[in-house]
Amino acid sequence: MYAVDFDYYRAGSLADAQKLLGDHPGAKLLAGGHSLIPLMKLRLAAPPAVVDIGRVAELRGVTLSGAAVRIGALTTHTELAASADLGRAAPALAETAAQLGDPTVRNRGTIGGNIAHADPASDLPTVLVALDARINVVGPSGHRTIDAAKFFTGLMTTSLEENEIVTSIDVPVAQPGRGSAYVKFSHPASRYAVIGAAAAITLSGGTCSSVSVAIGGLVAHARRLPSVERALTDQAPSESVVAKAAAAVAADLGRDVSGDIFASAEYRTAVAPVYVKRALLAAAARASAR
Amino acid sequence: MTVAVEPARVFGSGIRRREDPRLLTGTARYTDDIVLPGLAHAAILRSPHAHALIMRIDTSRARTAPGVLGVFTAADTDGILTPIPCCWLLPGSKLKTTPYHPLAKDAVQYVGDPVAVVVAESPYQAQDALELIDVEYEPLPAVVDPQKAAQQGAPALHAEAPDNVAFHWTVTGGDVDAAFKCADVIVRERIVQQRLIPNAMETRGAVAQFVPATGELTLWNTTQNPHIVRFVMSLVTGIPEDRLRVIAPEVGGGFGSKIAQIPGDFITVFCSMKLGRPVKWTETRTENYQSTTHGRDHVQEVELAATRDGRVTGLRCTVWAGMGGYLSTAAPGIPTILHGLMLSGPYTIPAVKEDVYGVYTNTTPVEAYRGAGRPEATFMLERMMDRLADEIGLDPVDVRRRNIIPPFQNGHDVITGLKYDSGNYEGALAKVLEHVSYDALRAEQKAARDKGRYIGIGVSLYVEICGLGPSQVAGAVGFQGGLWESAIVRFHPSGKVNVFIGASPHGQGEETTFAQIVADELGVAVTDVKVVHGDTDATPMGWGTYGSRTTAVGGAALAIATRKIKDKAKLLASHLLEAAVEDIDYSSGRFFVRGVPDRHKTIQDIALMANVAWNMPEGMEAGLEATSFYDPPNFTYPFGAHVAVVEVDPETGHVTLKRYVAVDDCGPQINPVIVEGQVHGGVVQGIGQALWEEAVYDDTGQLLTGSLADYAIPRADMLPDIEVLSTVTPSPHHPLGVKGIGEAGTIASTCTVYNAVIDALEPFKVQSVRMPLTPERVWRAIREGAERGAGAPPLDTLGAP
Repeated sequence: MYAVDFDYYRAGSLADAQKLLGDHPGAKLLAGGHSLIPLMKLRLAAPPAVVDIGRVAELRGVTLSGAAVRIGALTTHTELAASADLGRAAPALAETAAQLGDPTVRNRGTIGGNIAHADPASDLPTVLVALDARINVVGPSGHRTIDAAKFFTGLMTTSLEENEIVTSIDVPVAQPGRGSAYVKFSHPASRYAVIGAAAAITLSGGTCSSVSVAIGGLVAHARRLPSVERALTDQAPSESVVAKAAAAVAADLGRDVSGDIFASAEYRTAVAPVYVKRALLAAAARASAR
Repeated sequence: MTVAVEPARVFGSGIRRREDPRLLTGTARYTDDIVLPGLAHAAILRSPHAHALIMRIDTSRARTAPGVLGVFTAADTDGILTPIPCCWLLPGSKLKTTPYHPLAKDAVQYVGDPVAVVVAESPYQAQDALELIDVEYEPLPAVVDPQKAAQQGAPALHAEAPDNVAFHWTVTGGDVDAAFKCADVIVRERIVQQRLIPNAMETRGAVAQFVPATGELTLWNTTQNPHIVRFVMSLVTGIPEDRLRVIAPEVGGGFGSKIAQIPGDFITVFCSMKLGRPVKWTETRTENYQSTTHGRDHVQEVELAATRDGRVTGLRCTVWAGMGGYLSTAAPGIPTILHGLMLSGPYTIPAVKEDVYGVYTNTTPVEAYRGAGRPEATFMLERMMDRLADEIGLDPVDVRRRNIIPPFQNGHDVITGLKYDSGNYEGALAKVLEHVSYDALRAEQKAARDKGRYIGIGVSLYVEICGLGPSQVAGAVGFQGGLWESAIVRFHPSGKVNVFIGASPHGQGEETTFAQIVADELGVAVTDVKVVHGDTDATPMGWGTYGSRTTAVGGAALAIATRKIKDKAKLLASHLLEAAVEDIDYSSGRFFVRGVPDRHKTIQDIALMANVAWNMPEGMEAGLEATSFYDPPNFTYPFGAHVAVVEVDPETGHVTLKRYVAVDDCGPQINPVIVEGQVHGGVVQGIGQALWEEAVYDDTGQLLTGSLADYAIPRADMLPDIEVLSTVTPSPHHPLGVKGIGEAGTIASTCTVYNAVIDALEPFKVQSVRMPLTPERVWRAIREGAERGAGAPPLDTLGAP
């Protein structure tokens, strides 16, 4: 539990952080430290320098602006869970943050750090993908915005370019008739998702006018499930209809599912529809209650 | 008007644990908190191979790394450290010990076997230098499964045991072969008691301070038994026992993993001897998983013979018990004496036979883990009881009742040769069944099943052997030590009391309960008693805290010491009150002349007078102090009955534990809140084995569950409220009647939960699922059952697409 020697820099501002990253090749950004520091202590990561952005105030907080909620990258999971604006705008996201990890992790871990680390079994990426969130980043060539579904590109990899920093995440505000939910099969040791399914449904006149559903945990990165979405769109979300739609997850996953000593790929593939179904039913129930 | 109120008796009251404020506020001082001037830091290089020859070790680069004070290998310890002795030399078992070097010499036997040590000014520098040591290995084939390791052609670990069998022990009683020949019914099962990692919150570690000028060693060590550490450390290092002081500061849990004498402790002492500086070594969690002893690891083949009406006539089993790469301190005694002798449990079984093979495997050495042998015995028996019930179509409770030993107060001879002290198994069973409304529960289960919900009920009985034990028995079964305990009770002039005990509690709460014993016996306030333990220079000899023996043995020593004090105080009181000793009565800390309560001396008065010694009777020594060495005449045998209710999600295989009820009988309870806490912790650790925990090695001997992110220990939100009840059956031979409660919960709960899950799967005709009962294993068992048909609910009714 003793990291290799490294240099430590604290950034006072976003601009400062960009400069420090430019000045120190190979440096890693440190936010809440709940992904990077364990890797360093196990000597699985040994960056020559870390740039601590933990106190950059401009990257923190949840603000409601029109059709979206903007979440600063340094907002902790505890802050997400406690945000009344987020609770109204995207309840699935606030609830997911509330049950992520344990209190220490939630108090220190940040949404920006979480998504930049892109652990395949993390919860937030799945929810952000299902909610059509957009990731705002800044880098040497300026600002850009990336759809969550395009942000996660592989096992612990994202579409962030060299020295790009996540600054905020925009989540659309749920309109009346829309409900969302996240249902998770937690690993009993790590509490990471063995399978995580997030769904958002808009109901109009008793049928699903829009369905978005994402899955994570069992594939290299969170991804949408277009076959399931198609199968449920314009349908009334009865239990049997939803179950049938959820079965289409097999087509979306193909042979991409990975397994481990706790849960094999075969098993995960077989029970994935159960979690997708449960997420869809929960989202539909909420949609009809709004 | 005043009303005389009899003061509540402190023995039996649930006062708060005095240990907790320092533990809960972070001010407790553990081994790793010890900081000494000039402290250096050790880091141990461990084998990445499960089995390999060491061809060459080059430490030259590490020796010149920044801050490095020394780098040592087996070549350096040769002639200074002896191999680590195994301390349970099981007689009549063809026991084959092998040299267990603190630093591996020619070969490594498991991933984590220590190969070299670096001492540096800082732990970072020590870790950096470790990476500069070059070791050339020649990998050998490895074997990790104890049953496979005992088969012909398996890779052999040690020349001394070419078949890998470290010992073969048997227990027999009655004519078991005849019982099976005449049986109406025989049920068989192969059970895997998977390997577990004890997971004490504090990992192991040591701080060694050897002073070359005096030849004295002080060792701060996170241990359950500092006096055994002193004894064995003296044997291995040659430092005389009188110059060796072992201090167990705050110890953050043990669960058996701090009994064994492990290489790291000897290596740390060696480094301090070599460098003349204090040296600290603290395990990382990864090291802890790889190198501190594991538990369980049995493969059991069990068969039970019975009559058609459910009377058990014979139990026959073969157990392959994994020992790991070397025989750890007490390892041979655990799957044998603490396991095989408990084979018949709370039942009358006329014939038993067990063969136990202790087998070397290329894995971390195995030792005691909470329950140590008894959970593995209880599981076999309780599993087979359910199998028998299923086979002959009886309720599991009825089968148990047909075989249960009737209540007894003073001794019951058991087929394996033991003599249980006292028991009322039917009483515990009746209490737990009444508490859960068993018949109503079965009706609810049926109603739920009709709606496609799978509820399961598990009922288990257990009796365990603890309070280890008569030293004569210890000697007879090859334990290389005594099993008595000692206590000194000392009154200070001001009437305050210090108690010095040889036992070494490490979280169980005896600082509180032992003060309650003293307060109850001597009539002092419980707050006026302080219990001192864990320092071999301050306390009398003791054999340690394990096997639920601290209260059962140490508590008895303490009770007897207090009674010696009372006897002396009474003599002094008679002298001071100028009355005949026959006329002195005692009540609640006061000695008074019979019939004249005003003519009295309090125990505090007596303590002062004994300490100033102005007016002592002829021939009486000054001071008010007593020492007692207590060697119990028999073990104690706590028992109980537990019920678990689970629900299985047929779509995913998830098991939800809905209810857990424990009725335990540990005799009179000194502090019922502490008893409840011990039951909670014990039950939870047993549930962990049933549902979540397993140390998984791959075929090459790599530990796949190498961290807390992979190895699942139970957490509060995975559990229901545990309902704790008790019955009270005193031990006839203990001065306070108490038995011991540290391990009870663990012994009963694994099989109780397991049986509940199998019961939930009854519609699918599932008889066995490998533990832990992960969702995938349960899901597969359901699928296989549904596919087999035979009345099982078809797949498409299970909800999953």
